[in-house]
Amino acid sequence: MPRPGFVLEVDRSTPPSLFWRGENFSLEKLPAGRSRVIYPPEPLPAIKDIDGAIRNALLNPIDQDPLPSLLFPGMKLTICFDDVSLPLPKMRRPDTRQRVIEAVLDMAADAGVEDVHLIAALGLHRRMHEYELRHALGDRIYDAFHPRGMLTQHDAEDPDNLAVIGETPHGEVLEINKRAADSDLVVYVNINSVPMDGGWKSITTGLASYRCLSAHHNGHTLQNTRSLSGHREHSALHQSIWRLGKVLRDHGPKLFQIETTLNTDMFPEQFSFIATREWEWSARERATYLATTKALKRTPIKLARKIFHGMEGPHQMTSIQAGETSAVHEITLEHVYRQQLVPVEGQTDILTMGIPFVCPYNPDGVMNPILVMCMGLGYLFNMYRNKPLVREGGVIIMTHPTYRDFNPVHHPSYIDFFEQVLPDTTDPVVMGQKWEKQFAEDEWFRHLYRTGNAYHGVHPFYAWYWGAHGQQWAGKVIIVGGDPATVRRLGFTPATTMDDAFEIASDVVGRAPTITHLHVPALLVADVS
Amino acid sequence: MSESGLAARLGTSQSLAMFFSPFLATRYLKPKRTFVSIITLISILGVALGVWAMIVVNSVFTGYGVRMKESILGVAPHLVAVSTCYVAGNRRGNAPEELVSDGPWDIGLDWRKEVAAARRIRSDAEATSRLPEKLAEFRKEARGELGAAGAPALASKTEDLRMAWVKDQLVEAGRARAASVGWPDAYAFTKALGEQALTETKGAVPVSIVRPSIIESSLAEPFPGWIRGFRMAEPVILSYARGLLKEFPGVPEGTVDVIPVDIVVAAIIAVAALGPEQAAPITQVASGSTNPLKYKVLVDNVRSWFTEHPLYDNEGQPIVVPEWQFPARGRVKEQLKRAKAVAERTERVLQSLPLRGKQASWAATLEEKKTEIDRAYQYVQLYGLYTECEAIYQVDRLLEMWAGLSPADQAAFNFLPQSVDWAHYVHEIHLPSIVQHSRAKTHSGKNRIDRPARLRKQILSPDRHVAAFDLENTLIASNVVESYSFLATRRLNVPERVRYVLRTLAEAPTLQAVDRKDRTDFLRFFYRRYEDAPVAQIAEDAPELLANIILAKSFPAGLRRVREHRALGHRTILITGAMDFAVEGLRPLFDEIVAATMSVRPDGTYSGNLSQVPPTGETRAQILADYCAAEGLKLEESIAYADSTSDLPMLECVGFPVAVNPETRLAAIARKRGWLVEHWDKASGAPVKPLPLGPLMSEKERRKVFQ
Repeated sequence: MPRPGFVLEVDRSTPPSLFWRGENFSLEKLPAGRSRVIYPPEPLPAIKDIDGAIRNALLNPIDQDPLPSLLFPGMKLTICFDDVSLPLPKMRRPDTRQRVIEAVLDMAADAGVEDVHLIAALGLHRRMHEYELRHALGDRIYDAFHPRGMLTQHDAEDPDNLAVIGETPHGEVLEINKRAADSDLVVYVNINSVPMDGGWKSITTGLASYRCLSAHHNGHTLQNTRSLSGHREHSALHQSIWRLGKVLRDHGPKLFQIETTLNTDMFPEQFSFIATREWEWSARERATYLATTKALKRTPIKLARKIFHGMEGPHQMTSIQAGETSAVHEITLEHVYRQQLVPVEGQTDILTMGIPFVCPYNPDGVMNPILVMCMGLGYLFNMYRNKPLVREGGVIIMTHPTYRDFNPVHHPSYIDFFEQVLPDTTDPVVMGQKWEKQFAEDEWFRHLYRTGNAYHGVHPFYAWYWGAHGQQWAGKVIIVGGDPATVRRLGFTPATTMDDAFEIASDVVGRAPTITHLHVPALLVADVS
Repeated sequence: MSESGLAARLGTSQSLAMFFSPFLATRYLKPKRTFVSIITLISILGVALGVWAMIVVNSVFTGYGVRMKESILGVAPHLVAVSTCYVAGNRRGNAPEELVSDGPWDIGLDWRKEVAAARRIRSDAEATSRLPEKLAEFRKEARGELGAAGAPALASKTEDLRMAWVKDQLVEAGRARAASVGWPDAYAFTKALGEQALTETKGAVPVSIVRPSIIESSLAEPFPGWIRGFRMAEPVILSYARGLLKEFPGVPEGTVDVIPVDIVVAAIIAVAALGPEQAAPITQVASGSTNPLKYKVLVDNVRSWFTEHPLYDNEGQPIVVPEWQFPARGRVKEQLKRAKAVAERTERVLQSLPLRGKQASWAATLEEKKTEIDRAYQYVQLYGLYTECEAIYQVDRLLEMWAGLSPADQAAFNFLPQSVDWAHYVHEIHLPSIVQHSRAKTHSGKNRIDRPARLRKQILSPDRHVAAFDLENTLIASNVVESYSFLATRRLNVPERVRYVLRTLAEAPTLQAVDRKDRTDFLRFFYRRYEDAPVAQIAEDAPELLANIILAKSFPAGLRRVREHRALGHRTILITGAMDFAVEGLRPLFDEIVAATMSVRPDGTYSGNLSQVPPTGETRAQILADYCAAEGLKLEESIAYADSTSDLPMLECVGFPVAVNPETRLAAIARKRGWLVEHWDKASGAPVKPLPLGPLMSEKERRKVFQ
């Protein structure tokens, strides 16, 4: 039986805590008496018979007819799936998507459906490389569908391939992939790593046009998105998405939502020290930690990146549910919370977090400075229910090298964002008004998004908006170990060591602040009371 | 007059003539129709005007001319010629105010023979410079400096070098001749010959010669420190203040004969005012005999002033002036020569290295240092003699003239050498003035006007018309071999790839040699490899080049610059020797892409032959010029970005050339001409790929493709 997550009060005998530092780790001693460390629950056991569970979910959907009864010869069937941003790190083959889609395709074949189309629901993310598609779908599906043009990647800028479904009372236009809109049935295969994924968000972002996305992906909405992991009523983003979902349900194609959850067994056996609580480290884990950190320090950064991005997580499916979108999503959330929720009492003055080498926007790429901000203030800061872990005006301390590296193939617009927009402003609303249009409509970025493997020109803005709430909430953000010039350009404060960071933070939170460390990875949602 | 002439020609009698003339006049004056009379009037007016003009001209030539000559030359003509004290030549001791030919050291030179000899040397040098082996030498030097910049650019450079060589020869010959007959340099020597020529050819015109010594900034008129032209001591002083000249030869106790310009002018006016009878035939204006400025005193004064008011280097740091040891000229020359040789050798080594960007700029800095050494050497060569000259120029005539002046004239026209207080003059007048004129940096802190930023602003102005870009090493760090390798290996399996890589490596030296010789030949030769490539397959694989080669190796700042130009409404052109299909992915960045194209055979394969001359070298300049002409745009309002001297013709033909990551030669040229230099780098997080090969296809798919 896996142990639940818990909050450790740091005393004099507590060993130092593990922090990610990009492509490396460090152990940091937190002040005794006023610090606590939040540990995530241990990974839940995976489903034993995964294929059986998938079949069962498809045959017994929630608030929906069984999948086989929705399939008929001559129909247009479209299967959409989450892109390479999920899960992190990539899971060992076979991927959940492959298993589920193979099951769906089997049923479609039994029903005599011939017009089947697979669409990678990219939204404004980069197109997946061939090897990524093969990893997610398996060679069998790829070789069967891709050469015949039946496996495509969504293009939010293709005017010929988008259809308007309708409009919400708030004036938000729902415009999605035309093939999906024209289908008799759209099956969407989700991997729900965090509570904000899934539900109506799947199609209304993954298959939406730029125009449709810009209605809710903006600085203003994200500043008013006060909870990405908890209550939807506090999230302006989810409010908007649920309104669009209603339009989709009433006027769009018939939907069959499949959501799956994974346990948090994210790293291979040799990296077991990442997930183990420090005082429980075995001699072997201590040795591995030492060897790994020392070796990584001497490894060229590009090689270190290659090693980390090549890692495949052993995480496995803990639940699968299919059927009507809203109903399915509620059950998914229960499963996500069961794995990730940790009750925490009260807020803290300083929140510390280690930023890893990867975030949803740089699989097989570089964690550039903008993504460091997005990961820290957009993702980790937002992993709470009720209220943020850090009090308003408190300090957030992250550890990451924050090098000035960019992948020119995946993130060309990020480079220009860093060189042109950030020196001008770090305010999400100001940059939205002043710069966003220029990047979003840039012909070159559009070309790279549509034909290359680049994120959309506007994506760095979205990544930045993602941290808008955290940026507004925190009184100061400090990055330990980051390149000073780069950190300053992000509008943050650089510090060399954790002690320096606490010293700098004392300007804002006084000499004896309370400190809370978010022990990631292993994802967790802090239920702050 | 005309009437009588007419009568004589008609041969009629006087009475008839008297009668005939009015008859004829009335006959033609009386109008039959109105317009005839107008013509007549015009003719009469014309004739009258002509006659009037003739009378005036005639009288000027005969009558007034004589009278004017009388009035001008009648008042005793007097020519005041300005020469130099240094006509006295290299001598120690007193140099009196007399002609050299009248002095005891005359060696009987004939100025006519000297002129004839100089002319002969000129034509000899011209002839030598045109000898085949000499021309080959210039060509080689031009190629070394410019690289493969194309025939027209090389031709112009070669001719420049030839003319510079001829000039050097003449300077050397002049200096040698002057030294051989006892003068410090050709300047003083020719002045001495000039005095001789003037004395011989003056005829009846009385001549007075005024000989100033080294003229420096004015003492009082028109204002203290007035100076035009930096000739003698100024460049030496400034080089010293900038720390370039660490040593300058000279005798510390020797006299530097300096005289402020207003004293010289006043003396000239006085000589002219005295007239030919009263003025001395030769008047020297110098300070050495009455108010000598010792070399050491001058140097100490200069040093103390610059210690107090230092110049600043580009980093805003004050430059500390060195202490002079007063070495002999030979030693300084030897030191400089050695320094120059080292710099030259290092430069040659650097030029042969494949340097780019920042490192290439260092090489250019070295070249600048070399120029500085060169200049210092020239100064020592030219002016060293003047600091070693130990002649004392007598000013007896000058002092006599001064004594004869009324106090009012003395106040208005000060030419008394004793009136100069040297310490005051050097500290308060001369040095502040030359520092101000030199526009040297006299305040700490970095330069406020950032030159590259200013140039960039000019380039990114909406007034510009066209921005032309080279591709390789200007926008991407890749080349035609890489894109070919990618396409060629896209559908190969591992053993085939290994064989491909080995084969290409084996051919690399040949390819490199061809490329160095001529870019066009290289492209033709290399592109043969595309022979038999199926057009359809290339069309399918080429789009992958964008993400795999072009973008991965791109300079993001470069691509941003292209888009900045587009946003400003400039036309953007890519001119590249790459194949058109390989750069197709860059289409959205450019209004026009000029690339190599290949003919296609009827069976749908490439022929391996280029359908046109690939756009390289001077062809690029022509393409750009043609484009501008066709579109009604101006070349002088256009911008060109390139990385090597092979693009020199294109860079030179536009108004705003930009050297991007320049190789050593171009870096040196860009620095000399003040072009904007951009250092663009690859994105540091770019995926690493040791070999530019296409991604491996799964065996199954590969088999399917090759079934």
